[in-house]
Amino acid sequence: MTFALEVKNLCKKFGGVAVTNNINLQIESGERCLIIGPNGAGKTTLFNQITGELLPSSGTVEVYGKDVTYLPPQARPHMGLSRTFQIINLFNHETAAHNVVLALLGVSRQRFNAFRKLSVTDELYEQALEILKSVDLSSSATRKVGEMSYGEQRRIEIGLAMSQKPKLLLLDEPLAGLSHDERLWIKDLIASIPRSTTIVMIEHDMDVALAFAEKISLLHYGTLIVEGDRDTVVNHPKTKEIYLGH
Amino acid sequence: MKNWRQLLILCAVFVLALLPLYGDEYFVNLASQALIAVIFASSLNLLVGYAGLTSLGHACFLGLAAYLSAWMGINLGLEHAVTAPAALLLTTLIGMVFGWIALRATGLGFLMLTLALSQIVWGLAYRWVAVTNGDNGLSGLTRPSPFGIDLEVSSHFFWFTLLITLVCLGLIRQIVQSAFGASIKGTRDQPRRMTALGYNVWAIRWFTYVAASFFGAVAGLLYVYFHKFIHPSVMAITMSAESLLCVIAGGSGTLLGPVFGAILVVILKNYASAYIERWNMLLGFVFLFIVIFLPKGIVSSNLNFLKSKAGKKP
Repeated sequence: MTFALEVKNLCKKFGGVAVTNNINLQIESGERCLIIGPNGAGKTTLFNQITGELLPSSGTVEVYGKDVTYLPPQARPHMGLSRTFQIINLFNHETAAHNVVLALLGVSRQRFNAFRKLSVTDELYEQALEILKSVDLSSSATRKVGEMSYGEQRRIEIGLAMSQKPKLLLLDEPLAGLSHDERLWIKDLIASIPRSTTIVMIEHDMDVALAFAEKISLLHYGTLIVEGDRDTVVNHPKTKEIYLGH
Repeated sequence: MKNWRQLLILCAVFVLALLPLYGDEYFVNLASQALIAVIFASSLNLLVGYAGLTSLGHACFLGLAAYLSAWMGINLGLEHAVTAPAALLLTTLIGMVFGWIALRATGLGFLMLTLALSQIVWGLAYRWVAVTNGDNGLSGLTRPSPFGIDLEVSSHFFWFTLLITLVCLGLIRQIVQSAFGASIKGTRDQPRRMTALGYNVWAIRWFTYVAASFFGAVAGLLYVYFHKFIHPSVMAITMSAESLLCVIAGGSGTLLGPVFGAILVVILKNYASAYIERWNMLLGFVFLFIVIFLPKGIVSSNLNFLKSKAGKKP
Protein backbone atom coordinates (compact mmCIF):
# COMPACT_ATOMS: atom_id res chain seq x y z
CA MET A 1 0.00 0.00 0.00
CA THR A 2 1.26 3.48 -0.88
CA PHE A 3 0.99 5.94 1.96
CA ALA A 4 0.66 9.70 1.59
CA LEU A 5 3.49 9.99 4.07
CA GLU A 6 5.70 7.25 5.36
CA VAL A 7 8.48 7.97 7.83
CA LYS A 8 10.84 5.10 8.60
CA ASN A 9 13.25 5.01 11.57
CA LEU A 10 13.80 8.75 11.40
CA CYS A 11 16.57 10.02 13.67
CA LYS A 12 17.94 13.50 14.07
CA LYS A 13 20.81 14.15 16.42
CA PHE A 14 22.29 17.49 17.36
CA GLY A 15 25.60 16.43 18.86
CA GLY A 16 24.71 13.83 21.45
CA VAL A 17 21.06 14.87 21.73
CA ALA A 18 18.57 12.82 19.74
CA VAL A 19 15.73 15.22 18.94
CA THR A 20 13.84 12.62 16.95
CA ASN A 21 14.60 9.03 17.74
CA ASN A 22 13.59 6.16 15.43
CA ILE A 23 10.23 7.64 14.51
CA ASN A 24 7.93 5.60 12.28
CA LEU A 25 4.76 7.08 10.80
CA GLN A 26 2.36 5.79 8.16
CA ILE A 27 -0.33 8.21 7.06
CA GLU A 28 -2.88 7.18 4.49
CA SER A 29 -4.07 9.37 1.66
CA GLY A 30 -6.80 11.79 2.79
CA GLU A 31 -6.21 11.05 6.45
CA ARG A 32 -6.25 13.73 9.18
CA CYS A 33 -3.34 13.09 11.48
CA LEU A 34 -2.45 14.94 14.67
CA ILE A 35 0.98 15.02 16.26
CA ILE A 36 0.96 16.00 19.91
CA GLY A 37 3.53 16.23 22.65
CA PRO A 38 4.89 18.64 25.22
CA ASN A 39 7.31 21.44 24.33
CA GLY A 40 10.63 20.08 23.09
CA ALA A 41 9.14 16.74 22.09
CA GLY A 42 10.61 17.08 18.57
CA LYS A 43 7.37 17.79 16.67
CA THR A 44 8.64 20.75 14.63
CA THR A 45 12.00 19.02 14.09
CA LEU A 46 10.04 16.10 12.63
CA PHE A 47 8.18 18.52 10.31
CA ASN A 48 11.45 20.14 9.30
CA GLN A 49 12.83 16.75 8.28
CA ILE A 50 9.70 15.91 6.31
CA THR A 51 9.91 19.26 4.45
CA GLY A 52 13.67 18.91 3.92
CA GLU A 53 14.72 21.92 5.98
CA LEU A 54 16.72 19.53 8.12
CA LEU A 55 18.51 16.45 6.87
CA PRO A 56 17.87 13.43 9.08
CA SER A 57 20.82 11.69 10.72
CA SER A 58 19.31 8.39 9.59
CA GLY A 59 16.02 7.01 8.34
CA THR A 60 13.87 7.84 5.32
CA VAL A 61 10.89 10.00 4.37
CA GLU A 62 8.56 8.91 1.58
CA VAL A 63 5.79 11.02 0.09
CA TYR A 64 3.26 9.08 -2.00
CA GLY A 65 5.79 6.26 -2.40
CA LYS A 66 8.69 8.44 -3.47
CA ASP A 67 11.77 8.66 -1.29
CA VAL A 68 12.30 12.37 -0.66
CA THR A 69 14.81 12.08 2.19
CA TYR A 70 17.55 13.90 0.31
CA LEU A 71 15.34 15.90 -2.07
CA PRO A 72 16.04 19.67 -1.73
CA PRO A 73 13.32 21.45 0.28
CA GLN A 74 12.39 23.73 -2.62
CA ALA A 75 11.62 20.69 -4.78
CA ARG A 76 9.02 19.30 -2.38
CA PRO A 77 6.21 21.82 -2.97
CA HIS A 78 6.38 20.84 -6.66
CA MET A 79 5.45 17.27 -5.73
CA GLY A 80 2.50 18.41 -3.62
CA LEU A 81 3.95 19.02 -0.16
CA SER A 82 3.08 22.32 1.51
CA ARG A 83 3.48 23.57 5.05
CA THR A 84 2.64 26.38 7.43
CA PHE A 85 5.02 27.67 10.08
CA GLN A 86 4.69 27.81 13.86
CA ILE A 87 6.07 31.37 13.81
CA ILE A 88 4.42 33.34 11.04
CA ASN A 89 6.89 34.53 8.40
CA LEU A 90 4.89 36.26 5.71
CA PHE A 91 5.98 39.09 3.41
CA ASN A 92 4.94 41.89 5.74
CA HIS A 93 5.73 44.78 3.38
CA GLU A 94 3.61 43.30 0.60
CA THR A 95 -0.14 43.16 0.19
CA ALA A 96 -2.16 40.08 1.08
CA ALA A 97 -2.80 39.45 -2.62
CA HIS A 98 0.89 39.68 -3.47
CA ASN A 99 1.68 37.15 -0.72
CA VAL A 100 -0.68 34.66 -2.33
CA VAL A 101 0.68 35.48 -5.81
CA LEU A 102 4.16 34.55 -4.58
CA ALA A 103 2.79 31.22 -3.36
CA LEU A 104 1.09 30.61 -6.72
CA LEU A 105 4.27 31.56 -8.60
CA GLY A 106 6.30 29.22 -6.42
CA VAL A 107 4.78 26.15 -8.08
CA SER A 108 4.55 27.75 -11.53
CA ARG A 109 7.21 27.89 -14.24
CA GLN A 110 6.39 31.59 -14.53
CA ARG A 111 8.60 32.25 -11.51
CA PHE A 112 11.64 32.27 -13.82
CA ASN A 113 10.08 34.72 -16.26
CA ALA A 114 11.94 38.02 -16.21
CA PHE A 115 9.89 39.37 -19.12
CA ARG A 116 6.42 38.89 -17.68
CA LYS A 117 5.45 42.01 -15.80
CA LEU A 118 3.45 41.34 -12.66
CA SER A 119 0.53 43.70 -12.28
CA VAL A 120 -2.71 43.70 -10.30
CA THR A 121 -4.58 42.92 -13.52
CA ASP A 122 -2.62 39.70 -13.91
CA GLU A 123 -4.59 36.42 -13.83
CA LEU A 124 -2.44 35.35 -10.90
CA TYR A 125 -3.96 38.19 -8.88
CA GLU A 126 -7.44 36.96 -9.86
CA GLN A 127 -6.54 33.52 -8.53
CA ALA A 128 -5.10 35.14 -5.40
CA LEU A 129 -8.41 36.94 -4.80
CA GLU A 130 -10.22 33.60 -4.98
CA ILE A 131 -7.84 32.16 -2.37
CA LEU A 132 -8.29 35.20 -0.14
CA LYS A 133 -12.06 34.81 -0.50
CA SER A 134 -11.76 31.24 0.75
CA VAL A 135 -10.08 32.50 3.93
CA ASP A 136 -12.58 35.37 4.25
CA LEU A 137 -10.06 38.08 3.45
CA SER A 138 -11.19 39.21 0.01
CA SER A 139 -11.78 42.74 1.29
CA SER A 140 -8.20 42.89 2.60
CA ALA A 141 -6.44 42.00 -0.67
CA THR A 142 -4.73 45.37 -0.99
CA ARG A 143 -3.79 45.70 2.67
CA LYS A 144 -0.19 45.15 3.68
CA VAL A 145 0.16 41.95 5.67
CA GLY A 146 2.27 43.66 8.34
CA GLU A 147 -0.74 45.84 9.18
CA MET A 148 -3.09 42.88 9.68
CA SER A 149 -4.05 41.22 12.92
CA TYR A 150 -2.39 38.00 14.05
CA GLY A 151 -5.55 36.03 13.29
CA GLU A 152 -5.72 37.41 9.75
CA GLN A 153 -2.06 36.58 9.21
CA ARG A 154 -2.76 32.99 10.32
CA ARG A 155 -5.51 32.79 7.73
CA ILE A 156 -3.15 34.06 5.02
CA GLU A 157 -0.58 31.51 6.16
CA ILE A 158 -3.09 28.71 5.51
CA GLY A 159 -4.22 30.44 2.30
CA LEU A 160 -0.65 30.41 1.00
CA ALA A 161 -0.30 26.69 1.63
CA MET A 162 -3.71 25.90 0.11
CA SER A 163 -3.07 28.01 -2.99
CA GLN A 164 -0.41 25.49 -4.01
CA LYS A 165 -3.08 22.76 -4.14
CA PRO A 166 -1.08 20.39 -1.94
CA LYS A 167 -1.57 16.64 -1.77
CA LEU A 168 0.06 16.63 1.66
CA LEU A 169 -0.36 19.60 3.98
CA LEU A 170 1.67 20.04 7.16
CA LEU A 171 0.15 22.49 9.63
CA ASP A 172 2.46 23.57 12.44
CA GLU A 173 0.31 24.85 15.32
CA PRO A 174 -2.21 26.72 13.14
CA LEU A 175 -4.29 27.68 16.18
CA ALA A 176 -1.48 29.02 18.34
CA GLY A 177 -2.04 32.51 19.73
CA LEU A 178 -5.60 32.85 18.42
CA SER A 179 -8.73 33.92 20.27
CA HIS A 180 -11.52 31.41 20.90
CA ASP A 181 -13.60 32.64 17.95
CA GLU A 182 -10.59 32.70 15.65
CA ARG A 183 -9.75 29.13 16.66
CA LEU A 184 -13.22 27.95 15.77
CA TRP A 185 -13.03 29.77 12.45
CA ILE A 186 -9.65 28.20 11.58
CA LYS A 187 -10.92 24.80 12.72
CA ASP A 188 -13.86 25.10 10.30
CA LEU A 189 -11.48 26.25 7.57
CA ILE A 190 -9.25 23.20 8.07
CA ALA A 191 -12.31 20.93 8.23
CA SER A 192 -13.42 22.31 4.85
CA ILE A 193 -10.20 21.24 3.11
CA PRO A 194 -11.13 18.47 0.66
CA ARG A 195 -10.06 14.86 1.27
CA SER A 196 -7.77 14.99 -1.74
CA THR A 197 -5.40 16.75 0.63
CA THR A 198 -3.87 14.70 3.42
CA ILE A 199 -3.33 16.77 6.57
CA VAL A 200 -0.75 16.32 9.29
CA MET A 201 -1.11 18.84 12.10
CA ILE A 202 0.86 19.74 15.21
CA GLU A 203 -1.38 21.33 17.82
CA HIS A 204 -1.49 22.02 21.54
CA ASP A 205 -5.19 22.93 21.75
CA MET A 206 -6.56 19.46 22.57
CA ASP A 207 -10.25 20.40 22.50
CA VAL A 208 -10.10 21.55 18.90
CA ALA A 209 -7.36 19.25 17.66
CA LEU A 210 -8.70 15.98 19.02
CA ALA A 211 -12.04 16.63 17.37
CA PHE A 212 -10.28 17.06 14.04
CA ALA A 213 -7.92 14.09 14.14
CA GLU A 214 -8.56 10.56 12.97
CA LYS A 215 -5.11 9.42 13.95
CA ILE A 216 -3.00 10.78 16.77
CA SER A 217 0.70 10.31 17.44
CA LEU A 218 2.19 11.29 20.78
CA LEU A 219 5.83 12.31 20.82
CA HIS A 220 7.92 12.66 23.97
CA TYR A 221 11.65 13.42 24.08
CA GLY A 222 11.87 12.65 20.36
CA THR A 223 10.31 9.21 20.65
CA LEU A 224 6.91 8.08 19.38
CA ILE A 225 5.16 6.91 22.55
CA VAL A 226 1.60 6.11 21.48
CA GLU A 227 -0.22 6.05 18.17
CA GLY A 228 -3.82 5.37 17.35
CA ASP A 229 -7.30 6.84 17.30
CA ARG A 230 -8.51 9.46 19.77
CA ASP A 231 -9.72 7.06 22.48
CA THR A 232 -6.62 4.88 22.31
CA VAL A 233 -4.25 7.82 22.75
CA VAL A 234 -6.28 9.81 25.28
CA ASN A 235 -6.85 6.80 27.54
CA HIS A 236 -3.31 5.50 27.31
CA PRO A 237 -1.50 5.62 30.67
CA LYS A 238 1.61 7.14 29.06
CA THR A 239 -0.46 10.07 27.74
CA LYS A 240 -1.86 10.70 31.20
CA GLU A 241 1.60 10.47 32.67
CA ILE A 242 3.08 12.96 30.19
CA TYR A 243 0.23 15.45 30.30
CA LEU A 244 -1.07 15.05 33.85
CA GLY A 245 2.06 13.79 35.61
CA HIS A 246 0.42 10.62 36.95
CA MET B 1 0.59 59.71 -8.97
CA LYS B 2 2.19 57.15 -11.25
CA ASN B 3 1.38 59.09 -14.44
CA TRP B 4 2.63 62.25 -12.79
CA ARG B 5 5.91 60.53 -11.97
CA GLN B 6 6.31 59.11 -15.46
CA LEU B 7 5.68 62.54 -16.99
CA LEU B 8 8.28 64.08 -14.68
CA ILE B 9 10.85 61.43 -15.61
CA LEU B 10 10.17 61.94 -19.34
CA CYS B 11 10.61 65.71 -18.93
CA ALA B 12 13.87 65.17 -17.01
CA VAL B 13 15.21 62.85 -19.74
CA PHE B 14 14.20 65.38 -22.41
CA VAL B 15 15.92 68.27 -20.60
CA LEU B 16 18.98 66.09 -20.01
CA ALA B 17 19.13 65.08 -23.67
CA LEU B 18 19.28 68.76 -24.63
CA LEU B 19 22.22 69.42 -22.26
CA PRO B 20 24.92 69.52 -24.97
CA LEU B 21 22.91 72.27 -26.71
CA TYR B 22 23.01 74.66 -23.75
CA GLY B 23 25.78 73.37 -21.43
CA ASP B 24 29.51 73.74 -21.99
CA GLU B 25 31.81 70.75 -22.47
CA TYR B 26 32.70 70.48 -18.78
CA PHE B 27 29.07 69.89 -17.82
CA VAL B 28 28.51 67.50 -20.72
CA ASN B 29 31.49 65.40 -19.60
CA LEU B 30 30.33 65.61 -16.00
CA ALA B 31 26.88 64.40 -17.06
CA SER B 32 28.45 61.50 -18.98
CA GLN B 33 30.36 60.46 -15.86
CA ALA B 34 27.18 60.74 -13.80
CA LEU B 35 25.33 58.49 -16.26
CA ILE B 36 28.08 55.87 -16.04
CA ALA B 37 27.83 56.05 -12.24
CA VAL B 38 24.03 55.67 -12.55
CA ILE B 39 24.40 52.38 -14.47
CA PHE B 40 27.00 51.14 -12.02
CA ALA B 41 24.97 52.06 -8.93
CA SER B 42 21.79 50.60 -10.46
CA SER B 43 23.59 47.33 -11.14
CA LEU B 44 24.72 47.20 -7.51
CA ASN B 45 21.19 48.09 -6.42
CA LEU B 46 19.98 44.83 -7.97
CA LEU B 47 22.06 43.05 -5.36
CA VAL B 48 21.82 45.39 -2.39
CA GLY B 49 18.31 46.76 -2.75
CA TYR B 50 16.37 43.95 -4.38
CA ALA B 51 18.21 40.79 -3.32
CA GLY B 52 19.33 42.08 0.08
CA LEU B 53 22.94 41.10 -0.61
CA THR B 54 25.37 43.86 0.31
CA SER B 55 28.50 43.65 -1.80
CA LEU B 56 31.75 45.49 -1.21
CA GLY B 57 33.41 44.17 -4.33
CA HIS B 58 31.22 45.26 -7.19
CA ALA B 59 33.91 47.50 -8.69
CA CYS B 60 35.80 44.41 -9.86
CA PHE B 61 33.21 43.92 -12.64
CA LEU B 62 33.60 47.51 -13.79
CA GLY B 63 37.37 47.09 -13.82
CA LEU B 64 37.34 43.64 -15.40
CA ALA B 65 35.22 44.75 -18.36
CA ALA B 66 37.35 47.85 -18.81
CA TYR B 67 40.65 45.94 -18.65
CA LEU B 68 39.44 43.11 -20.89
CA SER B 69 38.21 45.52 -23.53
CA ALA B 70 41.40 47.61 -23.37
CA TRP B 71 43.71 44.58 -23.37
CA MET B 72 42.01 42.95 -26.37
CA GLY B 73 42.15 46.23 -28.27
CA ILE B 74 45.83 46.84 -27.53
CA ASN B 75 47.27 43.33 -27.65
CA LEU B 76 45.04 41.55 -30.13
CA GLY B 77 44.27 44.57 -32.28
CA LEU B 78 40.57 43.79 -32.20
CA GLU B 79 37.87 46.32 -33.10
CA HIS B 80 35.47 47.73 -30.50
CA ALA B 81 32.65 45.79 -32.18
CA VAL B 82 34.42 42.61 -31.05
CA THR B 83 36.03 43.72 -27.78
CA ALA B 84 32.81 45.18 -26.32
CA PRO B 85 30.65 42.02 -26.50
CA ALA B 86 33.65 39.84 -25.65
CA ALA B 87 34.41 41.92 -22.54
CA LEU B 88 30.74 41.82 -21.51
CA LEU B 89 30.58 38.07 -22.01
CA LEU B 90 33.85 37.31 -20.21
CA THR B 91 32.98 39.59 -17.28
CA THR B 92 29.57 37.97 -16.97
CA LEU B 93 31.20 34.52 -17.03
CA ILE B 94 33.57 35.65 -14.27
CA GLY B 95 30.48 36.98 -12.46
CA MET B 96 28.99 33.47 -12.66
CA VAL B 97 32.07 31.98 -10.98
CA PHE B 98 32.35 34.76 -8.39
CA GLY B 99 28.64 34.43 -7.63
CA TRP B 100 29.03 30.71 -7.09
CA ILE B 101 31.82 31.40 -4.59
CA ALA B 102 30.36 34.45 -2.85
CA LEU B 103 26.90 32.94 -2.41
CA ARG B 104 28.23 30.25 -0.14
CA ALA B 105 27.37 32.82 2.52
CA THR B 106 24.89 35.63 3.09
CA GLY B 107 25.03 38.79 5.20
CA LEU B 108 28.46 39.65 6.55
CA GLY B 109 30.01 36.50 5.06
CA PHE B 110 28.81 37.46 1.58
CA LEU B 111 30.14 40.99 2.06
CA MET B 112 33.57 39.69 3.05
CA LEU B 113 33.69 37.17 0.20
CA THR B 114 32.84 39.83 -2.40
CA LEU B 115 35.49 42.07 -0.87
CA ALA B 116 38.06 39.27 -0.96
CA LEU B 117 37.29 38.39 -4.59
CA SER B 118 37.54 41.99 -5.71
CA GLN B 119 40.78 42.43 -3.80
CA ILE B 120 42.22 39.44 -5.67
CA VAL B 121 41.30 41.04 -8.99
CA TRP B 122 42.62 44.43 -7.81
CA GLY B 123 45.87 42.77 -6.68
CA LEU B 124 46.19 41.02 -10.04
CA ALA B 125 45.74 44.31 -11.87
CA TYR B 126 48.50 45.85 -9.77
CA ARG B 127 50.95 42.96 -9.87
CA TRP B 128 50.43 41.29 -13.25
CA VAL B 129 52.44 43.98 -14.97
CA ALA B 130 52.98 42.02 -18.19
CA VAL B 131 49.23 42.07 -18.85
CA THR B 132 47.88 45.14 -17.03
CA ASN B 133 50.93 47.39 -17.10
CA GLY B 134 50.65 47.52 -13.32
CA ASP B 135 50.49 50.88 -11.62
CA ASN B 136 50.92 52.69 -14.95
CA GLY B 137 47.61 51.37 -16.19
CA LEU B 138 46.62 50.92 -19.82
CA SER B 139 46.55 54.11 -21.86
CA GLY B 140 46.35 55.25 -25.45
CA LEU B 141 42.87 53.81 -25.84
CA THR B 142 40.22 55.01 -28.25
CA ARG B 143 36.48 55.41 -28.21
CA PRO B 144 34.32 53.40 -30.64
CA SER B 145 32.48 54.93 -33.58
CA PRO B 146 29.15 53.09 -33.79
CA PHE B 147 27.44 53.59 -37.15
CA GLY B 148 30.12 56.13 -38.05
CA ILE B 149 29.23 58.42 -35.13
CA ASP B 150 32.45 59.79 -33.67
CA LEU B 151 32.25 59.34 -29.90
CA GLU B 152 35.41 61.38 -29.42
CA VAL B 153 33.04 64.37 -29.57
CA SER B 154 31.84 64.89 -26.01
CA SER B 155 28.20 65.59 -26.98
CA HIS B 156 28.08 62.42 -29.09
CA PHE B 157 29.54 60.41 -26.24
CA PHE B 158 26.98 61.91 -23.86
CA TRP B 159 24.04 60.96 -26.09
CA PHE B 160 25.48 57.48 -26.59
CA THR B 161 25.87 57.06 -22.81
CA LEU B 162 22.37 58.42 -22.21
CA LEU B 163 20.95 55.88 -24.64
CA ILE B 164 22.83 52.99 -23.02
CA THR B 165 21.77 54.23 -19.56
CA LEU B 166 18.10 54.33 -20.57
CA VAL B 167 18.34 50.82 -22.05
CA CYS B 168 20.02 49.49 -18.89
CA LEU B 169 17.53 51.18 -16.56
CA GLY B 170 14.68 49.88 -18.74
CA LEU B 171 16.04 46.34 -18.53
CA ILE B 172 16.57 46.56 -14.76
CA ARG B 173 13.03 47.93 -14.38
CA GLN B 174 11.71 45.04 -16.48
CA ILE B 175 13.54 42.52 -14.30
CA VAL B 176 12.45 43.90 -10.92
CA GLN B 177 8.82 44.34 -11.97
CA SER B 178 8.59 40.86 -13.48
CA ALA B 179 7.61 37.56 -11.89
CA PHE B 180 11.32 36.82 -11.46
CA GLY B 181 11.77 40.23 -9.82
CA ALA B 182 9.05 39.34 -7.31
CA SER B 183 11.06 36.19 -6.55
CA ILE B 184 14.22 38.24 -6.03
CA LYS B 185 12.46 40.53 -3.51
CA GLY B 186 10.89 37.50 -1.84
CA THR B 187 14.30 35.93 -1.21
CA ARG B 188 15.40 39.22 0.36
CA ASP B 189 12.43 39.38 2.73
CA GLN B 190 11.71 35.76 3.65
CA PRO B 191 14.21 33.25 2.26
CA ARG B 192 12.90 30.42 4.47
CA ARG B 193 9.33 30.99 3.35
CA MET B 194 10.44 31.23 -0.29
CA THR B 195 12.11 27.81 -0.04
CA ALA B 196 8.95 26.37 1.50
CA LEU B 197 6.97 27.84 -1.42
CA GLY B 198 9.14 26.04 -3.98
CA TYR B 199 11.71 28.68 -4.93
CA ASN B 200 15.40 27.86 -5.26
CA VAL B 201 16.68 30.78 -3.20
CA TRP B 202 20.35 30.18 -4.03
CA ALA B 203 19.69 30.07 -7.78
CA ILE B 204 17.60 33.25 -7.67
CA ARG B 205 20.39 35.06 -5.82
CA TRP B 206 22.99 33.68 -8.25
CA PHE B 207 21.05 34.88 -11.30
CA THR B 208 20.71 38.29 -9.67
CA TYR B 209 24.45 38.38 -8.99
CA VAL B 210 25.18 37.48 -12.62
CA ALA B 211 22.77 40.15 -13.89
CA ALA B 212 24.41 42.72 -11.59
CA SER B 213 27.85 41.73 -12.91
CA PHE B 214 26.61 42.17 -16.49
CA PHE B 215 25.29 45.69 -15.88
CA GLY B 216 28.46 46.49 -13.90
CA ALA B 217 30.42 45.41 -16.98
CA VAL B 218 28.37 47.76 -19.17
CA ALA B 219 29.35 50.61 -16.84
CA GLY B 220 32.97 49.43 -17.08
CA LEU B 221 32.96 49.62 -20.87
CA LEU B 222 31.55 53.14 -20.82
CA TYR B 223 34.08 54.07 -18.12
CA VAL B 224 37.07 53.00 -20.23
CA TYR B 225 35.61 54.66 -23.34
CA PHE B 226 35.18 57.90 -21.43
CA HIS B 227 38.59 58.03 -19.76
CA LYS B 228 40.52 56.25 -22.53
CA PHE B 229 42.67 54.97 -19.69
CA ILE B 230 42.31 52.26 -17.09
CA HIS B 231 44.12 51.96 -13.78
CA PRO B 232 43.89 49.33 -10.98
CA SER B 233 42.41 51.96 -8.64
CA VAL B 234 39.01 51.59 -10.37
CA MET B 235 38.73 48.18 -8.72
CA ALA B 236 39.78 49.37 -5.28
CA ILE B 237 37.50 49.03 -2.28
CA THR B 238 36.90 52.82 -2.35
CA MET B 239 35.22 52.50 -5.75
CA SER B 240 32.92 49.72 -4.49
CA ALA B 241 32.18 51.68 -1.30
CA GLU B 242 31.43 54.83 -3.27
CA SER B 243 28.93 52.94 -5.39
CA LEU B 244 27.35 51.50 -2.25
CA LEU B 245 27.10 55.06 -0.96
CA CYS B 246 25.23 56.07 -4.15
CA VAL B 247 22.72 53.25 -3.59
CA ILE B 248 22.17 53.95 0.11
CA ALA B 249 22.04 57.74 -0.30
CA GLY B 250 19.51 57.53 -3.13
CA GLY B 251 17.44 54.74 -1.63
CA SER B 252 18.12 51.05 -2.08
CA GLY B 253 15.40 48.87 -3.54
CA THR B 254 14.02 51.69 -5.69
CA LEU B 255 14.68 52.29 -9.38
CA LEU B 256 15.30 56.01 -9.03
CA GLY B 257 17.27 55.85 -5.78
CA PRO B 258 20.66 54.90 -7.30
CA VAL B 259 20.03 57.42 -10.10
CA PHE B 260 19.76 60.33 -7.66
CA GLY B 261 22.46 58.89 -5.40
CA ALA B 262 24.96 58.54 -8.25
CA ILE B 263 24.24 62.03 -9.59
CA LEU B 264 24.69 63.50 -6.11
CA VAL B 265 27.99 61.73 -5.48
CA VAL B 266 29.43 62.54 -8.93
CA ILE B 267 28.47 66.21 -8.58
CA LEU B 268 29.96 66.40 -5.10
CA LYS B 269 33.10 64.62 -6.23
CA ASN B 270 33.74 66.60 -9.36
CA TYR B 271 31.96 69.92 -9.03
CA ALA B 272 32.28 70.70 -5.32
CA SER B 273 35.94 69.60 -5.30
CA ALA B 274 36.72 72.55 -7.57
CA TYR B 275 35.58 74.95 -4.85
CA ILE B 276 36.11 73.04 -1.60
CA GLU B 277 39.46 71.57 -0.78
CA ARG B 278 38.10 69.09 1.79
CA TRP B 279 35.38 67.75 -0.49
CA ASN B 280 35.69 64.26 0.99
CA MET B 281 34.56 65.72 4.29
CA LEU B 282 31.60 67.36 2.57
CA LEU B 283 30.67 63.98 1.06
CA GLY B 284 30.85 62.49 4.55
CA PHE B 285 28.60 65.19 6.00
CA VAL B 286 26.06 64.79 3.21
CA PHE B 287 26.01 61.04 3.77
CA LEU B 288 25.57 61.55 7.53
CA PHE B 289 22.71 63.98 6.88
CA ILE B 290 20.98 61.46 4.61
CA VAL B 291 21.41 58.56 7.00
CA ILE B 292 20.10 60.57 9.97
CA PHE B 293 17.28 62.56 8.37
CA LEU B 294 16.42 60.45 5.32
CA PRO B 295 17.25 56.91 6.49
CA LYS B 296 15.50 55.29 3.54
CA GLY B 297 17.44 57.45 1.09
CA ILE B 298 16.53 60.55 -0.89
CA VAL B 299 13.93 58.90 -3.13
CA SER B 300 12.13 56.61 -0.65
CA SER B 301 11.96 59.25 2.10
CA ASN B 302 10.60 61.91 -0.26
CA LEU B 303 8.09 59.52 -1.81
CA ASN B 304 6.84 58.65 1.68
CA PHE B 305 6.58 62.36 2.44
CA LEU B 306 4.60 63.04 -0.77
CA LYS B 307 2.30 60.08 -0.08
CA SER B 308 1.62 61.27 3.46
CA LYS B 309 0.85 64.77 2.07
CA ALA B 310 -1.56 63.18 -0.36
CA GLY B 311 -3.27 61.46 2.57
CA LYS B 312 -1.96 57.99 1.82
CA LYS B 313 -0.09 55.81 4.23
CA PRO B 314 3.61 55.75 3.36
